[in-house]
Amino acid sequence: MPMIEVNGRQVTAREGGTLLDALRRAGIQVPTLCHYEGLPPTGSCRLCVVEVEGAPNLVPSCSFPVSEGMRVQTHSPRAVRARKTIVELLLSNHPDDCLYCAQHGNCRLQDLSEDLGVRQRRLPGSRTRLPRDISSPAIVRDPDKCILCGRCIRACAEVQTVAAIDFTGRGSGTRVDTAFGEGLNISSCINCGQCVMVCPTGALTERSHLDQVESALQDPDLVPVVQVAPAISVSLAELFGEKPGRDVEGALNALLRRLGFARVFDTSFSADLTVMEEASELVARLQGAGPLPLMTSCSPGWIKFVETFYPDLIPNLSTCKSPQQMLGAIIKSRFAGIQGIDPARIYSVSIMPCTAKKFEAGRSEMLRGGLVDVDAVLTTRELAELVRRRGLKLGDQAPEPADMPFGRRSGAGKIFGASGGVTEAAIRTAHFLVTGRELEDLTVEPVRGPEGIKRARVQVGELELGVAVVSGLGNARRLLDEIREGRRDIHFVEVMTCPGGCINGGGQPIGTRPGAITARMRALYRIDKGETVRTAHANPAVRSLYADFLGEPLSGLSHELLHTHYEARTPLR
Amino acid sequence: MNRTVPDILAAHPGAGRDALIPLLQEVQEAEGYISRAAVAELGTHLDLPASRIYGVATFYNQFRFQPLGRYHVQVCRGTACHVKGSLGVFAAIKRTLKIEDGETSRDGLFSLEVVSCLGACGLAPLVAVNGQVHGEVTPESVVEILRRYRREGAVA
Repeated sequence: MPMIEVNGRQVTAREGGTLLDALRRAGIQVPTLCHYEGLPPTGSCRLCVVEVEGAPNLVPSCSFPVSEGMRVQTHSPRAVRARKTIVELLLSNHPDDCLYCAQHGNCRLQDLSEDLGVRQRRLPGSRTRLPRDISSPAIVRDPDKCILCGRCIRACAEVQTVAAIDFTGRGSGTRVDTAFGEGLNISSCINCGQCVMVCPTGALTERSHLDQVESALQDPDLVPVVQVAPAISVSLAELFGEKPGRDVEGALNALLRRLGFARVFDTSFSADLTVMEEASELVARLQGAGPLPLMTSCSPGWIKFVETFYPDLIPNLSTCKSPQQMLGAIIKSRFAGIQGIDPARIYSVSIMPCTAKKFEAGRSEMLRGGLVDVDAVLTTRELAELVRRRGLKLGDQAPEPADMPFGRRSGAGKIFGASGGVTEAAIRTAHFLVTGRELEDLTVEPVRGPEGIKRARVQVGELELGVAVVSGLGNARRLLDEIREGRRDIHFVEVMTCPGGCINGGGQPIGTRPGAITARMRALYRIDKGETVRTAHANPAVRSLYADFLGEPLSGLSHELLHTHYEARTPLR
Repeated sequence: MNRTVPDILAAHPGAGRDALIPLLQEVQEAEGYISRAAVAELGTHLDLPASRIYGVATFYNQFRFQPLGRYHVQVCRGTACHVKGSLGVFAAIKRTLKIEDGETSRDGLFSLEVVSCLGACGLAPLVAVNGQVHGEVTPESVVEILRRYRREGAVA
């Protein structure tokens, strides 16, 4: 363990580690922009420069290896002046329209210029005026606000292995762009929004559905109905200044009613429905009715990834719609029927931790009789904005239950929000479907946790079921390549597009503190543990929907409403 | 000539990412520009994403992404030509053809490329059309030159 001296203080560093790593572990704050936790350093933004005794120049701490006895000054006048100049240069051609920016108040560039005491435009540069890319149904890119840190490129290429964007051009003409500058919509972008999560400015934002939702809420001819994804209740509180992992489900239901929604339903209910359909599909495929492994279809970024990069594996995808689309379809069929409402008058909104859900809701496969299953999708962030627009506060709301019958869920549906949750829920129900008995222990520990690839073998009746759970598409790619090369011992594959699952989705709070993702994950499992009903097949609302309406899983009506199909895509990739 | 992109790639079996720039040069040599289809084929051959290939190619001035026009206009912006007024010549060409550097007019007649020196500084400022050098041009005379090519192109 090398010892180094930082600002006159002895600090223990890690052998082979970087200087930045040592500083952070010692609690010494050095600002960064391009640094991407978990990926190799690029050292391009130079904000993390420090003074090292004996070095002729300032060194970037993110890519500088520690060595025994090194003496470092992190906040010497020279280092601080250099950082300030860097920020001033970044601001020199920035639009300065902070008041109108979606990231106002949550912007790394704003924070830095405040922390470094930038109080005037010292270096005026000529402003670039480039068109915004509004082609995508999920993500809007504003190149004028881009500071070329490259984090979006790394999220896209190195984490997700999609690589829809890269640096193009050179020098002052450098831009982040797609191949041939075509819009995101026709690129290989899978709409996951991980680029939005790592953007330090407002250059990348979700495509907002707030305005159409607001006008629908004001329209007396419409019946606004909302569904809330499992991950929302354990994430939303962070946007109102509370600690990660707090479950605010009851207050959230109350808020949505105050906003004017006529019904508040729970996507965890349709997650249970998904489990019924998907577990039945798995059992059918195990009996020879289709290719194995069966791959989950809840995550729309992953679906577009398969359609684009692995079209030969489309037959392995479950035909189940995602829980969002299932509930959308049930609302405009069963709910409309019970209530005697013309489905065309229902305005169906979903609150999702996801940007790709906006794309999914607009897929042409999701049209039935000229009606979409879901009319608008709001991210966690947009919901918080809507709440603030109305002058409401999360903390003021007394908890309320969701509306029946589609507000009723099991613990199995709730854990869909974390990577591994779908698998655990499906195993619980598949075991019951195959053996007629419940699992002795409903917890399937090996598929829980933050790892990117998890594997388990579970005894289901006479069969030892091989399952693989992956999150992050780079991990998915590794697994798919094994399957392409003939791996046969896996029967069920769960893929979540975003690392960790929906709790870390592209629509979630930006700039969360370390540990927030695991706190959200723990909260979901805690909720499941406290439920009396912990399996999808035991959810009374699911049972009666089958008894009174759908018949049984994989019935004709199920197929019409709850299943879909996919198509190979051929963008430039 | 008439080498296709598959021909070029077949001549470089097992090429890695370090072969990208020479391959881009060969493709441009054969086809006159870097097409979408060529980027797709290069990507498959080298196992590189299209965005990366486009990013590398746009770093260099030498690559163009639109097919050459029937008349390929090279305008010299080297030192001697600059001193003798090539900026005005370049502006006149852009105004007349309504295209920028690296672009091709929509009728496919003209394409435009800025070059750094054509090696005939004694004739500065100069432009070359399909390799035919026109020396000591002015913003006015270059418009006339382009008009002649346009007439010729319309007849042919």
